[in-house]
Amino acid sequence: MSILTMRQVDFVVEEKPIINGINLQVNSGDYLTISGPSGGGKSTLLKLIATLLTPTSGEILFNNQAQASYPTTDYRKEVSYCFQQPTLFGETVQDNLAFPFLVRGKAFEQAKVDHLLDLVDLPESYLTKKITELSGGERQRVALIRNLIFLPKVLLLDEVTVGLDSASKAIVKKLIQRVHADGVTILLVTHESDILAQAQQVIWIKEGKIVDESAISQ
Amino acid sequence: MNQLSVNNLSLVFSFALVLIGVAISEREKLNLTKDIFYSIARAVIQLIIVGYLLKYIFRVNNVVLTSAMSFFIVLNAAWNAYKRNPNQHKRYLDSLIAIFVSTYVTMGVLIASGAIKFVPSQIIPISGMIASNSMVGIGLCYRSMNQQFHDQHQQILEKLALGADKKLASLPILRASIKTAMQPTIDSAKTVGLVSLPGMMSGLIFAGVDPVRAIKYQIMVTFMLMTTTSLGSIIAGYAAYQNYFNAQDQLIDG
Ligand SMILES: Nc1ncnc2c1ncn2[C@@H]1O[C@H](COP(=O)(O)OP(=O)(O)O)[C@@H](O)[C@H]1O
Ligand SMILES: [Mg+2]
Repeated sequence: MSILTMRQVDFVVEEKPIINGINLQVNSGDYLTISGPSGGGKSTLLKLIATLLTPTSGEILFNNQAQASYPTTDYRKEVSYCFQQPTLFGETVQDNLAFPFLVRGKAFEQAKVDHLLDLVDLPESYLTKKITELSGGERQRVALIRNLIFLPKVLLLDEVTVGLDSASKAIVKKLIQRVHADGVTILLVTHESDILAQAQQVIWIKEGKIVDESAISQ
Repeated sequence: MNQLSVNNLSLVFSFALVLIGVAISEREKLNLTKDIFYSIARAVIQLIIVGYLLKYIFRVNNVVLTSAMSFFIVLNAAWNAYKRNPNQHKRYLDSLIAIFVSTYVTMGVLIASGAIKFVPSQIIPISGMIASNSMVGIGLCYRSMNQQFHDQHQQILEKLALGADKKLASLPILRASIKTAMQPTIDSAKTVGLVSLPGMMSGLIFAGVDPVRAIKYQIMVTFMLMTTTSLGSIIAGYAAYQNYFNAQDQLIDG
């Protein structure tokens, strides 16, 4: 069943087409890997899907309904975007991990957060740690679990393994596998050859277009 | 009892003080000479017009005219606050509502409590004093807000992506901007009388009023400025942050 559908989507900034007539269908439970040259429009594509940008023309459907038919704040909880080089906010790790609860008007659940910290190999004591004291890899992991405290239907991951040491990278890759196994549809932007080599479905994006659609079976 | 007298000759002599400023500007190549003369000329012309206008209004002592003059002050204060907002998607109405409400709520309390009377010689100067303080506070609020939206651009985007609405995403910025707007009023309340003898109090003492009576007015002014800046910057802040977002809860660039 199609969970995301893009029909003739264009995104134009100052008459420059950044996304150019993209058609795409993603089924529920898919794990789609997106690659292509830098500046090709991959991040823009994910931001369009996340409603952080609005297409200039064309339409994007979520569960066969137009994006605009959902309240944006509800939609973004279901279709969750993790930025390329994410930034933490507030002062502590806790400020970041409490935020998804705040957004939903729910009480902070210590056990849930401890479990996720554990999954990314961070000690529970890290909750009170200042964000400025974290390493790049730790920051990336905290950012990622921010998107996972309440599991979305679709997870949009933008080069989340770039610049990580091999230990952090392995942890993040394992977590993504686990979330996918839980039924979350994944769209992952990456350049990493080892991830691409294992990918089931890959699309290549160049100059705002899908240039090659290949289904590599293992 | 009133020994206040500034004759035209003393004005001419005090103009020499301006020339000192000009001389410094020339010597230090500050390039301010033109600006100094322009601002002085403007101040003189504005004050002459206002002087005669007020004289007329005080003499007529008409409720409609007094209200109109007070509202004119509010419109101008709102325009200046609006101009201080660096956001290109700013709205004049935000500033007008903020200054209108903050000024007239405060004035309403002062009138209702009998602290001031509805006569032009009280309503008009108090309108000016309140509205200009509100204007300064709101201007600070806008600038601080714009700076923070610029600095925290990515953090806001992260919050929106996590499903926050624009208010939740902006809350820390909103709080900090309102705080910045109020800080000068709070700071000056702390030093009032010790470092500065504020305009109203100085004016009263100048005019020969007993200092003990003058401080009562100053206490009232301190209270009313506190209310006005907080009310004004809260209203303006809550309106202004929304101009950084579009209808799709996206940050507007630029
Ligand atoms: N907000 C924007 N305004 C103008 N140009 C943009 C904007 N965002 C991205 N671009 C341009 O769009 C192109 C695609 O960018 P991006 O989607 O980040 O590519 P990728 O993620 O594939 O590296 C680039 O040429 C970039 O400069
Ligand atoms: Mg990118």
